[in-house]
Amino acid sequence: MRIRLILGIWACKAGIMISRLLGKGGTSMPGKLAFAICPAILSLLSAQVKKDIIVVCGTNGKTTTNNLLAAFIRSCGHKVVCNDKGANMIWGVCCAFAEQASLWGKLSADFACLEVDEASAVKVLQHVKPKTMVMTNLFRDQLDRYGDIETTVDFLRRALSLSPDTRLLLNGDDPLVAAFGENTDRECLYMSVDEDTGLGVDDAKDGRFCSFCGAPLRYDYYHYSQLGNFSCTGCSFKRHEPDFKVSEVSLHDGLTFCLEYNEKKEPFAVSYRGFYNVYNIALSYAAALISMGEAPDYQAVLAAYKPQVGRMESFTIGSKDVILNMAKNPAGFNQAIATLLQDSREKDILIAVNDNESDGQDITWLWDVSFESLQNAGVKRLVVSGLRADELMLRLKYAGFAENTQIKCHELQQAVDAAAGGDAPVCYMLANYTAVFPIQKILKETEGQSHGA
Amino acid sequence: MERKGLIIGHLFPDLLNLYGDKGNILSLQNRLLWRGYEAEIVCIEENDTIDFARFDIVYLGGGSDRAELLVLEKLRPYRDALHRYTEAGGVLLATCGGYEMLGTSLMLCGQSTEGLSLLDVRTEAGPNRLIGNVVAETVLDGSALDIVGFENHSGRTFLGDCKGFAKIVSGFGNNGEDGTCGAVYRNVLGTHLHGPLLPKNPALTDYLLQRALLRKYGEAELLPLDDKAEQEAHDYACKRFGKE
Repeated sequence: MRIRLILGIWACKAGIMISRLLGKGGTSMPGKLAFAICPAILSLLSAQVKKDIIVVCGTNGKTTTNNLLAAFIRSCGHKVVCNDKGANMIWGVCCAFAEQASLWGKLSADFACLEVDEASAVKVLQHVKPKTMVMTNLFRDQLDRYGDIETTVDFLRRALSLSPDTRLLLNGDDPLVAAFGENTDRECLYMSVDEDTGLGVDDAKDGRFCSFCGAPLRYDYYHYSQLGNFSCTGCSFKRHEPDFKVSEVSLHDGLTFCLEYNEKKEPFAVSYRGFYNVYNIALSYAAALISMGEAPDYQAVLAAYKPQVGRMESFTIGSKDVILNMAKNPAGFNQAIATLLQDSREKDILIAVNDNESDGQDITWLWDVSFESLQNAGVKRLVVSGLRADELMLRLKYAGFAENTQIKCHELQQAVDAAAGGDAPVCYMLANYTAVFPIQKILKETEGQSHGA
Repeated sequence: MERKGLIIGHLFPDLLNLYGDKGNILSLQNRLLWRGYEAEIVCIEENDTIDFARFDIVYLGGGSDRAELLVLEKLRPYRDALHRYTEAGGVLLATCGGYEMLGTSLMLCGQSTEGLSLLDVRTEAGPNRLIGNVVAETVLDGSALDIVGFENHSGRTFLGDCKGFAKIVSGFGNNGEDGTCGAVYRNVLGTHLHGPLLPKNPALTDYLLQRALLRKYGEAELLPLDDKAEQEAHDYACKRFGKE
């Protein structure tokens, strides 16, 4: 067994190195190879984690939540295994462990923070026994690949049944997530935004029905999509009293809010945009607290945190601010649009949508995005791009942007040039999964050139 | 209404909201407005009573099994009213699960259930989901036309005493076997092509509008529109997803 483990680690490490030399971030091939050599590699390595393993699941916000959590824990001097590039299938999780293990199969880590794709959770939890699972939210995403949300819920239920001692830290505002805390003996903690922020966007709601009796849910207030203060009209299911309570949310000048727990109340202030980041920050901080039993110096960590590719990532091109954000489902797009609406400057906008396999082939959800609200965004130049640029142009035409007010470039390079070349002081670029990485590369190069010049 | 126009009834948009169905309403609405007609959209919510006689076009979309079951129960008491509406030439568009609901029987939450029997089609369970882009060809008012869309359904629908809406060029259609896509009867059109079927198929939108205007006013003047964006989106899908 030990020989297999060592060979598996070597294969994985070599694979990662080759893949990097080829300029790819790929972790799928090395992970598969390692598993073929040593099927127990993930079990053997994860069992060596000295303290807790924490798994982060949910449709949106996994990478930010998990990476912040790892940063909080590291800031207290602990060693952490983390799949921080967002490779969240079982192969990516395996690579994160193998990379940190010694050549002789020893892992030196206090904690592991693992972002896990919902559909992969069953496989991962066969090998890894997390102390805590964090669930951010459940939105419809790639219905053609994953089926509807009920299928995703089922994946997570099956995964959790493999790990009965796992504690849950739940987004209590999401009825689909909060339902995991009902009818169970496991320890459950809830985080909620406990006030009507007045920011509620009336958009596509994915969890309109009670998971238990099927009756429609009613809301005292809601924040976005199906997140809010809900109660069932047919049974006793309702939002749980939060253990971690967010209040005093403000989106003016970055993002500020207070987090209350155990009769303590702490103020948070970050420069990131986006209301959804309240959940990412509060959940990661709460997970760090319950895992370590001590509070990290969160302000310092948050100030130093560098967002991953395309999470409201900022660039400067000439004198222009360019902000790149990945959005790949209606909830993500609507939040991205709500975020750019907070910016009162006139703006150029690029929207790029691909329908490659990892994006999902079905792009009909574009018609559920509230592009209509871009009418009030002070849009100077609107550029559409990606494989489905034609569909985007059509969608935006029906959102009130006549076709002669749009620029269509199928090629991303041209599209970025066109959008960044507009007169507005800021440019927002919204792109789905396979479009966001090449755009980021183009922006980095362009930014480099404009600095060099 | 002061000017000529149509009243469009959108059945339970809150419950049936899975696949961008709003696109169909936007297409019908805008293509009326751009031609100077009025367009009134009436969204039927869960506890509303429905007066089908006031509608010129009715749209029924798709949702999760659970939502569709709820909608079906809400529509059952209106079965005769809906029947009178369609027999009198009322225009009814049903997509995805809405199409299956119009048939004699369908599968919901793993059980066979009786449909509204407005179309003589029946839907059985299939072993897997039929998912992907679709290109199909049909003839509307004597002109041949390619239809593009996306399907994602596990039900296999079989035609009884009614016509298929289109012939599959690529994709699965009603059941993946007989090459048919959707069904038509009088001015009722049902298809598995979900969500925004109409925006990329403007000729189909105009066909439905024309039928509704004719029924209401005895004449239907539909001025040509600048359909560059519609046509480009349509042609892109045809070219990429159709057979060579």
